[in-house]
Amino acid sequence: MNRFRSLAATLASIPITLFGLVLITFLIGRVVPIDPVLAVVGDRAPQEVVERTRHEMGLDQPLPQQFVHYVVELAQGNLGRSVMTSNSVTTDIARFFPATLELSSVALIIATLVGVPLGVYAAVRQGSWIDQTIRVVCLSGHSIPVFVLALLALLIFYATLGWAPGPGRQDVLYQDMVPQVTGVLLIDAALAQDWAALRDAISHLALPALVLAAFNMAYIARMTRAFMLDSLRGEYIVTARAKGLSATAIIWRHGFGNILVRLVTVLALTYAGLLEGAVLTETIFSWPGLGQYLTGSLLNADMNAVLGATLVVGLSYVILNLFADLMYRVLDPRVR
Amino acid sequence: MSASSRDWLLTETPASRSQAAWGRRYRLWLQFRSNPLAMAGLVVALFLIVISLAAPLLTSQDPGAQDLAHRLARPSAQHWFGTDELGRDIYARVLFGGRVTLGMVVAIVILVAPFGLAIGCIAGYAGGVWDRLLMRITDVFLAFPRLVLALAFVAALRPGVTSAVAAIALTAWPPYARLARAETLGLRGSDFVAAVRITGASGGRIVLRHIAPLCLPSLIVRVTLDMSSIILTVAGLGFLGMGAQPPAPEWGTMIATARRFILEQWWVPTIPGIAIFLASLAFNLLGDGLRDVLDPKQGG
Repeated sequence: MNRFRSLAATLASIPITLFGLVLITFLIGRVVPIDPVLAVVGDRAPQEVVERTRHEMGLDQPLPQQFVHYVVELAQGNLGRSVMTSNSVTTDIARFFPATLELSSVALIIATLVGVPLGVYAAVRQGSWIDQTIRVVCLSGHSIPVFVLALLALLIFYATLGWAPGPGRQDVLYQDMVPQVTGVLLIDAALAQDWAALRDAISHLALPALVLAAFNMAYIARMTRAFMLDSLRGEYIVTARAKGLSATAIIWRHGFGNILVRLVTVLALTYAGLLEGAVLTETIFSWPGLGQYLTGSLLNADMNAVLGATLVVGLSYVILNLFADLMYRVLDPRVR
Repeated sequence: MSASSRDWLLTETPASRSQAAWGRRYRLWLQFRSNPLAMAGLVVALFLIVISLAAPLLTSQDPGAQDLAHRLARPSAQHWFGTDELGRDIYARVLFGGRVTLGMVVAIVILVAPFGLAIGCIAGYAGGVWDRLLMRITDVFLAFPRLVLALAFVAALRPGVTSAVAAIALTAWPPYARLARAETLGLRGSDFVAAVRITGASGGRIVLRHIAPLCLPSLIVRVTLDMSSIILTVAGLGFLGMGAQPPAPEWGTMIATARRFILEQWWVPTIPGIAIFLASLAFNLLGDGLRDVLDPKQGG
């Protein structure tokens, strides 16, 4: 009973959070010092044209009415028109978002594959020099600005060693050669069975994904270590040891098995954080994703695009948080 | 430290309340001191703060003085860290940049920590409608990634130090509110709070004098650990051109203007990058050590 009530409370909080999200983006859009009307008609337009456009855009109405209008448009998937690309913002985002999704998903996979074993190892060897080394490496990884790491990675692996291709998502050779199905280049190239294009996509993805993963790997490793230390103190570990199980079985089946739930929550939250890191990484690697769209629009004071992108990122954040919360409830028998 | 003052601090039978309190602080310090990584963090953090404050004493160079004849010079006796694209001395710019970057971080923390503490304590102590309302607002702000929301705010205002500080502050307070609320909920029902209430203390007095001080240790740990993420956000905003504006020597801004030289004159963007990294790492190590001492149950 209690379980359903708390689940209901979580679900009920979603619309309120979403409402707040929309309200904040709306208010940000209204305090801009740039007059959106002038941005459309230009600052030499005669006064009557300015007034007429203002009326057409609904900007002469009181704020609450404008907000209702904004929400109604939003519900129809209309985020306004981008001044920079002159497309509708929704179309733009649909075009740029898959690239960000691809980058952050691959980064999450790398960060998990490296971070989790590191964390488990550090916990098992708690206090040893290995633990201390992992701790320093992780804290360093978490302290270095992602844009500095990206610049250094380009310097070393692209300019000096020549291992990685330059910035961008694809070689010019393969540009627009892969038919777009999902927008995620790795999947599209595999679907088209264009292996050369797939190899090209992977080589372009490797460096930005590794840079983005480095920062989050540190966090995942530290959380894994903390959870494992807690788990290894449990009485079931003593029991398993008394039964004469091997160290591997104790650590992985009994110790690690009991932290999976909490780990999934951390991974979901990390994924949300990756979207943020992607903004900075994308600008350096010229990765045509949402982050680059956002920063490009910022520099051009293209407010519709900025707010649209912010809203989409905020929405992904809410969804991932909700997912983490639900996973926790479903997977952990103690919450039931 | 003399043996007698050490004995006075470590005595098992303190004669006064202040002696007991100082003894406790001394024991925490001893515990903290035994962690070499945390001590390294403390030393580096203090070092960076001191050299930023003493910047005019440590260099005779003007961080804004251009010398186009010697642009992009390698590190030398005259220019310890070389010069940037306008021939300005990078050593001087890093020192003075510390004032801008760390100054922004300090300003944000001063704005954010008391505000979050107040919101959290009020929500936790008042409970009911107030709790639900305040926590809903907190959740909405938590629903945005910090950098993205700060970017949108700065875009709506105009890029600069003040709006960057305001924008990051607006996005940084919710975790403190959540933390303070959780602590308050735990304290609200305790016997000593009931005792204070019976003596006739008002709600405001209880929160201010009895609950808020007890929230401080975990708040301090959280702030220290958060310092690094705030430093990275400040630098990130600067890097994207939305923080301190050139020619101001902010570390992130310096990297932004110098990034195109990464392949030829790599030290120009790398040196401010190292400064950001050191500051961020120092606070991470410090916070890690403080947590072990002040808040052992959080572990990690």
